[in-house]
Amino acid sequence: MTALVIAEHDNTSIKGATLNTVTAAAACGGDVHVLVAGHHAGAAAAAAAQIAGVAKVLHADGEGFAHGLAENITAQILTLAASYSHILLPATASGKNIGPRVAARLDVAQISEITKVESADTFERPIYAGNAIATVQSADAVKVITVRTTGFDAAAATGGSATVETVAAVAASAKTTYLGSEIAKSDRPELTAAKIIVSGGRALGSSEKFNEVMTPLADKLGAAIGASRAAVDAGYAANDLQVGQTGKIVAPQLYIAAGISGAIQHLAGMKDSKVIVAINKDPEAPIFSVADYGLEADLFTAVPELVKAL
Amino acid sequence: MKILVPVKRVVDYNVKVRVKSDNTGVDIANVKMSMNPFDEIAVEEAVRLKEKGVATEIIAVSCGVTQCQETLRTAMAIGADRAILVETPADLELQPLAVAKLIKALIDKEQPGLVILGKQAIDDDANQTGQMLAALADLPQATFASKVELAGDKAKVTREVDGGLETLEVSLPAIITTDLRLNEPRYVTLPNIMKAKKKPLETVKPEDLGVDVSPRLKTLKVCEPPKRGAGIKVPDVATLVDKLKNEAKVI
Repeated sequence: MTALVIAEHDNTSIKGATLNTVTAAAACGGDVHVLVAGHHAGAAAAAAAQIAGVAKVLHADGEGFAHGLAENITAQILTLAASYSHILLPATASGKNIGPRVAARLDVAQISEITKVESADTFERPIYAGNAIATVQSADAVKVITVRTTGFDAAAATGGSATVETVAAVAASAKTTYLGSEIAKSDRPELTAAKIIVSGGRALGSSEKFNEVMTPLADKLGAAIGASRAAVDAGYAANDLQVGQTGKIVAPQLYIAAGISGAIQHLAGMKDSKVIVAINKDPEAPIFSVADYGLEADLFTAVPELVKAL
Repeated sequence: MKILVPVKRVVDYNVKVRVKSDNTGVDIANVKMSMNPFDEIAVEEAVRLKEKGVATEIIAVSCGVTQCQETLRTAMAIGADRAILVETPADLELQPLAVAKLIKALIDKEQPGLVILGKQAIDDDANQTGQMLAALADLPQATFASKVELAGDKAKVTREVDGGLETLEVSLPAIITTDLRLNEPRYVTLPNIMKAKKKPLETVKPEDLGVDVSPRLKTLKVCEPPKRGAGIKVPDVATLVDKLKNEAKVI
């Protein structure tokens, strides 16, 4: 029994979500191999070999993998799938894009966003925005799984000494062409990997106010910035900052929600945070029901005061 | 060009579901059901493409119980031209792989130039069907779309990815799944609801399409998530900072 983890990487380094996925793969009970499919991705493959608990790294290098297109990565995984009992991907935008495509081609179910491995064939996963936890058992020969990273600790990024084996890269599909990306450049920690997140809601009132109030707090704490769906819908914050059921699922050490009422869809994305602080002037706001520390106050005075006090 | 739009009937997003006391599932008896919000965005996008003259016909498809007819009528009230219900028994748990196989069979029959569907259903939160469909039909996929532009036999799709946006060009036919910001679905008007009642709705069975829909995953139990106890209210910022430093020790 061997599990294959599909690494998420930028061709030079391994993304953090891969480390949590390795932990989930190890919990399935067998050896853990990692596939690094990339373009000029030798450095990423070398980094994957350092991850504690990884026995072997498979490195496929080809132009078609440069931007992680689902069609090409899937084709590569399918050439290797026969040797594995489990194929795991992080439940990131990339992993979610590829996993079901692999599962369907293998004619097996995918088990999405697992938060716990009970045994080699039984897993826990949240449904209905985390309002229920289902325990599901798969009878399929290969288990294709996406891993909710907040459910598993990160494996140590160093300390391992896996062998790196080069595998032949498949040809790229002609049906899909990568045209470009607009990735926001930021010195802040990534939302899903941040230790502290400060998140703003509709009460901020405008994108100028959102930046004016939330940015100093984030700077002071070295935090990532998040937002509620209402704030994103209103255009106060970028789409990829949305925390919630259909946005980012986060579980930082400290989550500060300012002017967020706490719809169930938002709570679904952050209620596993270690410490939750809610700042809201509405005493009835549902966010207070999950907050460790609630401050009933106007965020426009409380947040700057907090910045000053820190 | 035909556009196929699969839609799912789910518990309305405003309903907070309760886990059944015997832990066999969630209680959805007598709760409000609606079209999955992401699928509504998919229907809207298809209708806009028809209004621009790019698409000629929109076919809404739903897989599930008889009551999915209501969901299909809603899709037709938004602007779909006709509908197909793949009817399955109420006691069958229809899983994404089975749904993808059913829709694949309908693609073979209808030969659409584009299939647009929601990225995720808000009940099982699986986020699988579109990608599985693309795999089974051997078509290119553009998931989590926030912008779709059609030109000739290609679609340029802007996708929401971690950290920002990515743009792909896929050759048609293709599978697109919608993200929240693709569009804002229109309100359904009464005259359009009346018109939708007269539009054709065909019902087929999985057997007619030659698809085995038996579930692959067995649900052993469904439980309440661990409850997070409410904490305390603090009177002012100074107390908050003190608590975070000395009690929670997180800053």
